[in-house]
Amino acid sequence: MWLFFHKLASPKHFYRIAGKLIPWLGGLTLILFLAGLYLGLIVAPPDYQQGESYRIMFVHVPSAWMSLFIYVFMAALSAIGLIWNIKLADVMASSSAALGAWFTFLALATGSLWGKPMWGAWWVWDARLTSELILLFLYLGYIALVSAIEDKRTAARAGGVLILVGVVNIPIIHYSVEWWNTLHQGPTVTRLDKPSIHLSMLLPLLIMALAFQLYYFTVVLMRARVEVLERERRSGWVQELFPDGSLERADVMHQQHSSPVDLP
Amino acid sequence: MDTSLRAFNALLRRDLLLAYRHRGELANPLLFFLMIVTLYPLGVSPEMELLRKIAPGVIWIAALLAALFSLENLFRSDFEDGALEQMLLSPHPLAVLVLAKVLAHWLVSGLPMLLLAPVLALSLAMPERAIRALVLTLSLGTPLLSLIGAIGVALTVGLRRGGILLTLLVLPLYVPVLIFATNAVTAASAGMPIAGQLYFLAALLALALTLAPVAIAAALRISMG
Repeated sequence: MWLFFHKLASPKHFYRIAGKLIPWLGGLTLILFLAGLYLGLIVAPPDYQQGESYRIMFVHVPSAWMSLFIYVFMAALSAIGLIWNIKLADVMASSSAALGAWFTFLALATGSLWGKPMWGAWWVWDARLTSELILLFLYLGYIALVSAIEDKRTAARAGGVLILVGVVNIPIIHYSVEWWNTLHQGPTVTRLDKPSIHLSMLLPLLIMALAFQLYYFTVVLMRARVEVLERERRSGWVQELFPDGSLERADVMHQQHSSPVDLP
Repeated sequence: MDTSLRAFNALLRRDLLLAYRHRGELANPLLFFLMIVTLYPLGVSPEMELLRKIAPGVIWIAALLAALFSLENLFRSDFEDGALEQMLLSPHPLAVLVLAKVLAHWLVSGLPMLLLAPVLALSLAMPERAIRALVLTLSLGTPLLSLIGAIGVALTVGLRRGGILLTLLVLPLYVPVLIFATNAVTAASAGMPIAGQLYFLAALLALALTLAPVAIAAALRISMG
């Protein structure tokens, strides 16, 4: 078990294992997406109050969940990276940021589309919308910080501190905003004893949530593989993988592109 | 522990002395604060009723921005002349030294704002009860702004254009402070009790006082490589 994790943390093995996992994860994601969309858009009955427009929930709710999950996951990865100095955790965290920001944006955009017919406005300053917007700002701040620092290693560590500060703040922000103003409908799924949502709607929602989750893992592994290649481009195993020197050329171009001034 | 306390005192005295030697610069954040507040009657409306309504938000947002811009230079000169590196190398816990710097900074920038705020509140036609609440929330809130902001400053200290980046990093983290503080002032002007909001701000301040110095120290160590 520990040996597996130890191996996984080495870039070389990660690259290989992730490469094998990605097709399986991707295939499963596709199947779940098709099943979830079919059940959600065709099988599930229309809502007695909201009509057909509630169906946007099958995208909206999973992306809102993912936006929070990814932030917390990034915080855990950053903590691992900072404490045990594991490079791969940094790579995974910085590869997750853009995905998290997009999920947050998707949740806001679908929420806005749903809000127009339901609340009669594209945007209201409701508590959950506002805290989701602030979450987007937190993601964008992280991305801005990481891309502003030249050295990738320093960038990931600085971003890690920011993420950890943010994750302490998220509950505080959430409850302060909730207290400030709330209009959003209450949670319908998390009341496990008797959810106020019918099974025919709950099932596609959960399938979609799983699909989103797997989509995230598929794409983040793909992004992390590329990132690993870029960081390790000078090491032996990468040279062996690309013996024709195509990475070397990319390396030279990268250097010319990124640091024309800092040459000694 | 005793030597750490001595280092804390020495650094605090040094920073206050440095600030005193550059007293001209001390007025800048205050002027900024004043000008932002002045822009609102010009930009929105000089009508007293409206001003009284938006005054808590106006003053707090101005204080928040002024605190942020004055923070930008918290570590700048120490970074440029190498003093910051010496602090990193010193045997004392960096978190303690950093706390001294933040405290010195608050004494020279946060405290004057606290004194100026009642005057600005009067110019926006705030009732007396609300002014008392404003001063209370500012006295709990401005140290919070300094502590949280210093984390962002520490993360961006080595960067050439850190200013705008700093606002992106720090402003979302300021949201709870802004909400509780303005809510307290609004409640006070309506004659409602504000103990709950003040306790919340005090709790946040206690949390920031304990955790922020550690985060600032970690961030400084990373930025300085």
